[in-house]
Amino acid sequence: MLKIFNLKASTGGKDILKGLNLEIKAGEVHAIMGPNGSGKSTLANVLSGKPGYQVSGEINFEGKKLNNVPIEERAQNGIFLAFQYPLEIPGVNTSNFLRTAINSIRKSKGEKELDALSFIKLIKEKASELKIDEKFLSRQLNVGFSGGEKKKNEILQMKLLEPKFSVLDETDSGLDIDALRIVADGVNSYKNKDNSFLIITHYQRLLDYIKPDFIHVLSDGKIIKTGRSELGQQLEKTGYKHLN
Amino acid sequence: MKNKELNSLKEYKYGFTTQIEDFKAPKGLTEETVRFISKIKKEPKWLLDWRLKAFKRLKSLKEPNWQKPKYPKIQYQDLYYFSSPKSLKDKPKSLDEVDPKLIETYKKLGIPLDEQKKLSGVAVDAVFDSVSVATTFKGELTKKGIIFCSISEAIQKHPSLVKKYLGSVIPITDHYFATLNSAVFTDGSFVYIPPNVKCPMELSTYFRINASQTGQFERTLIIADRGSYVSYLEGCTAPMRDENQLHAANVELIALDDAEIKYSTVQNWYPGDEEGNGGIYNFVTKRGACRGKNSKISWTQVETGSAITWKYPSCILQGDNSVGEFYSIAITNNHQKADTGTKMIHLGKNTKSKIISKGISAGSADNTYRGLVDISRKALNSRNYTQCDSLLMGNSCGAHTIPYIKNKNASSVIEHEATTSKINEDQLFYCNQRGLNQEEAVSLIVNGFCKEVLQQLPMEFAVEAQKLVLISLEGSVG
Ligand SMILES: Nc1ncnc2c1ncn2[C@@H]1O[C@H](COP(=O)(O)OP(=O)(O)OP(=O)(O)O)[C@@H](O)[C@H]1O
Ligand SMILES: [Mg+2]
Repeated sequence: MLKIFNLKASTGGKDILKGLNLEIKAGEVHAIMGPNGSGKSTLANVLSGKPGYQVSGEINFEGKKLNNVPIEERAQNGIFLAFQYPLEIPGVNTSNFLRTAINSIRKSKGEKELDALSFIKLIKEKASELKIDEKFLSRQLNVGFSGGEKKKNEILQMKLLEPKFSVLDETDSGLDIDALRIVADGVNSYKNKDNSFLIITHYQRLLDYIKPDFIHVLSDGKIIKTGRSELGQQLEKTGYKHLN
Repeated sequence: MKNKELNSLKEYKYGFTTQIEDFKAPKGLTEETVRFISKIKKEPKWLLDWRLKAFKRLKSLKEPNWQKPKYPKIQYQDLYYFSSPKSLKDKPKSLDEVDPKLIETYKKLGIPLDEQKKLSGVAVDAVFDSVSVATTFKGELTKKGIIFCSISEAIQKHPSLVKKYLGSVIPITDHYFATLNSAVFTDGSFVYIPPNVKCPMELSTYFRINASQTGQFERTLIIADRGSYVSYLEGCTAPMRDENQLHAANVELIALDDAEIKYSTVQNWYPGDEEGNGGIYNFVTKRGACRGKNSKISWTQVETGSAITWKYPSCILQGDNSVGEFYSIAITNNHQKADTGTKMIHLGKNTKSKIISKGISAGSADNTYRGLVDISRKALNSRNYTQCDSLLMGNSCGAHTIPYIKNKNASSVIEHEATTSKINEDQLFYCNQRGLNQEEAVSLIVNGFCKEVLQQLPMEFAVEAQKLVLISLEGSVG
C-alpha cells in the first residue's frame, strides 16, 4: 500500500528526515516510536503533503508516486492524518466542516453528495460509537475543546472519512484511561484487511490495545530499529539510548 | 463552490456599459446645476430653496481629510450631476413604456423588473444613474398603506411627509459630502410604513451607475411609523472604467415608537482593476434616528466593492429603551481601501447598541474600522457591546481598529473586544488534509469569520452575499 524510499526532508535550513525507508502493506498496523524531535510529526506532515518542506526520495501510495500530489488529492485518495495538535477554526460549525469534508471526498470519487439528513444520521452513529456527545457537533470546530476531546474528534473524522491509510500522531497523548480505551476500540473496529495504520506514540499503553505488526524506532530522521510488538515492551524498560 | 464556477465569476461581471442615449445637466457644480436639477424634477419651491441653502453652505465647507484612505483631489467642476436615460425624461407610466434596453440591463444584473418574473417576496426600486426606473409590487404594498416609490415621486405625491422628515436626521449643514448631496441629490427611494403595519416583503433598491464622468447622489428616506416594521435592502453595481466615480448618497432612517427598521446593504460597486486604476469612491452618509421609545434600527452591510469605502452608518438612540445595531463585513482586496464603522449616540435611558465588525484585508489593501460610542449624561443604564475582528490574507495588507468612546454616565456599561488574525497556513493544511481544496478551505474559514454578520441578512440575499464575499477574495490565498 505505502512504500517510502530514501525519504529526506528539510525545512528552515534544518535536515529532519535523513533517508527513511518503510513499507506498509494493506491490513498492517505499524507503530513509530522515538525521541522528541526525531522527526515523527515531520514524517506525518510530509506523507500528507504539507507545504514548506524540501523533500527528496519517493513516497509511493498504491503504485502511484505521491511526492507532487496536492494535499487534498492525497486525502481524497484515502490518506488521513490525525493531528498531534488539531487546529481550531473559529466560526466553523463542526458538523458543517465534517459534511463538507465527506462530500469533498465523495465528489472526488464521483459519488453522490450526502444530503443533510443522511449525513446527520451517519455522524450521530459514529459519534455515539466513540461516546462523543452530540453537542460537540454543533460547536465551533475544536474551539474550546479539551485536549482529549480534540483527539477524539480526530478519530471521529477518521471513522467518518473511511481512509485506507491513517497516520495517528500521538493520538493517545492527553487521553484519559477510559478515552484511550474508547479510541483504541474505535481504531480496532475500523481496522480490516484493506486498510493500514501508522501509529506514532511514546507509550506502550496504546500498543497494548492496538497490536502493531511492526514497531519502528525513529531517531534523528532515520529508522534505526524495527521489530515485532515485543520491541515496545523492551523499549519501555530500556529507553532509546542503548540503541544508538 | 466549485473551482470552475469561481473562476468564471472572478472577473467583475457587472462591468458592462449600457449603450443608451442620455440626457445630462450641464457639467460642473454651480447654482445653475442645482436649479436645473430641481426644475427638471418639477420640484416645489421649498425644496429648491432647501437645495440652494445647502449649496450656499457647501461653499464655506472644506472636504474632510482625517480619513485613512487618501485620494487625488476630486475635480467637482468636471463632473455631471444629473444623468438620465433620454427615454425616461417623461416618466413612463408603466413598465411597458420603459426602454427595453433598461429592462435588459437589470435582467443582466439579475434584477427582473417585468411583472411576470418579479423576485418573489421582494419589491424592487431600480435606480439608473440619476433616476428611478421602476418600482415593482406597488399595488400589493398600497393595499397596506405602505408607500414605496422613488423620492422624486414622493416629493410630488407625499410632499408633507418628505418635508417633515427630509434632512431631519442628516441636516443639510452636516458635513461636506452630506451637504453636497443635499444640494444636488437626484433620486433614490422613499419608504413610509404606516402605524402598526409589518411590511409583508423585503423592500429593495438597486443602484446602477452607467454614465461616465457622472457622480451619483442618491437620497433615501425611510420612515417607520409607530409599531411598524420594515426590512430594506440595497444593492449596487457600476461598469468598469479607469476613472474614479463619486457616489455620495445620503440615507436617513426614522423609527418612531416601537418601530423597527432593518437596513441591509450589499455594496459591490466596481472596485478598480488589480493595479488600482478606476473604481468608485463610495462616500456615503447613513444615519438612523430611533426617535420613539422602544424603537430599533439595525444596519447590516456587506461592503465588497468600491476603490474607497468611507462610511459610518449610525444610530441616534433618542427614545428610551431604543436599540441600535451595526453588523458589518468590509472586504478589501488588491488596492481597495475602506475606512468604515459606525456611531452609536446614546441619548435616551436604557438604550442599547451592538457593533459587530468583520474586516477582511487581502492583496495590498487597507481596512480601517473606526467607530464612536457616545453615551450622554441622560442615557442612564445604557449599554454598548463592540466586537471588531480583522482577518489578514497575505503580508502586504493592513488592518486598523480605531474605537472612540465617550462615556459621560457612570451607570452605563461599554464592552469592547478586538482581534486580528491571519488566515493561518495550518488551518488551511488541516482543511486540505480532510479533502477540501484550497477554495473550499478558504471559503469555509472566511464564512466562519463572517457568519455572525451574514446571518443578519434576509435569507434571499445571504447566499448571494456569501458568494460575493468569496469572489472578492478570489486568488488572494495560495
Ligand atoms: N519549521 C522548522 N524550522 C526548524 N526546525 C523545525 C521546523 N519544524 C520542525 N523542526 C524541527 O525538526 C525536528 C523534528 O520535529 P518533529 O515535530 O517532526 O518531531 P517529533 O518526532 O514529532 O517530536 P515529538 O515527539 O516531540 O512530537 C525538531 O527538532 C523540530 O524542532
Ligand atoms: Mg510530534
